[in-house]
Amino acid sequence: MTESPNPLFEFLLRQGDNALVLGHRTSEWCGVGPALEEDIALANTALDLIGQTQLWLGYAAEVEGKNRSANDLAFMRDAYDFRNILMLEVPNEDFGRTMVRQFLFDAFQVPWLSALRQSSDQRVSEIASKSVKEAQYHLERSAETVIALGDGTPESHARMQAALNYLWPYSGEMFGNDSTDQAMHEQGIAPLPQSLHKPWMQSVSNTLAQACLAVPEDPFAHSGGRTGFRHTEHLGHMLSTMQVLQRSYPGASW
Amino acid sequence: MTESKEWPLWEIFIRGQHGMSHRHVGSLHAPDAERAIKNARDVYTRRNEGTSIWVVEASSITASSPSDKGPLYEPSRDKVYRHPSFYDIPDDAGNM
Repeated sequence: MTESPNPLFEFLLRQGDNALVLGHRTSEWCGVGPALEEDIALANTALDLIGQTQLWLGYAAEVEGKNRSANDLAFMRDAYDFRNILMLEVPNEDFGRTMVRQFLFDAFQVPWLSALRQSSDQRVSEIASKSVKEAQYHLERSAETVIALGDGTPESHARMQAALNYLWPYSGEMFGNDSTDQAMHEQGIAPLPQSLHKPWMQSVSNTLAQACLAVPEDPFAHSGGRTGFRHTEHLGHMLSTMQVLQRSYPGASW
Repeated sequence: MTESKEWPLWEIFIRGQHGMSHRHVGSLHAPDAERAIKNARDVYTRRNEGTSIWVVEASSITASSPSDKGPLYEPSRDKVYRHPSFYDIPDDAGNM
């Protein structure tokens, strides 16, 4: 792994890639949602996230200054250039895991984007202000769903607990702390993600208790996504679907 | 009667702008009223249509029956004097 010469670019890739990868995963539900109403709600969430991606990666491309566009960054990079956390790239599996992941991420995004509104970088602040409203709605919806299914039938409860056990070791990566995080903190662009861990843990535990779900105790945390050091095997497969059109017909537009 | 596993049906009413009345826009399924509002937000206000949403469980609506049409509506047919169309409106009043 080479040190990125520009921490702001690195930071913006993390922001954009998180939104892009979760947005694409969420869009995989389009047409196969468990109910028409959930299907369209998931599609709306995916579109919100892709919209946020355009803003983050658009700014990232400007900061990089190599004449690349948001589209180039989304569709012409390989897996090892992505900076999303691993939790967002693992497969949807079932509706339960999809919603638990959404919830764990939303519970981070709402305080994170709220804090970014005070960023010393005006563009970051503007993107966060727009995105946080969407994140708040996503959180309301995902938290309600986690409670309803966690405290639902024996089968829904078992699936939600299994999803939580699977995803929990991936959640710690959200609170990583490396030289990029330090640089953003020093420049007043973003708070240290670590500083959100305690309140996140509190709000998540609160919802999981209402959902009758047990918080896993294993402290192990996967990492490697947000630094690009090591993604899971799943990201490459996802990108092969997501990028096939631009890879086959570079520059194609409609 | 066996209990249905389907979510109940909700009728959705949306007010487009301040001052307008809520208008029936369609129906959807949801487990409860709160979720029905969220689903309505996602299904019916995607193009910035709404400022207010009402939901009501479809089973709570009492509707007139088509077979009652005669007694319900026909008696008003020959009572044209109930329409305010027998006044001469002075030109100065403009459009009413």
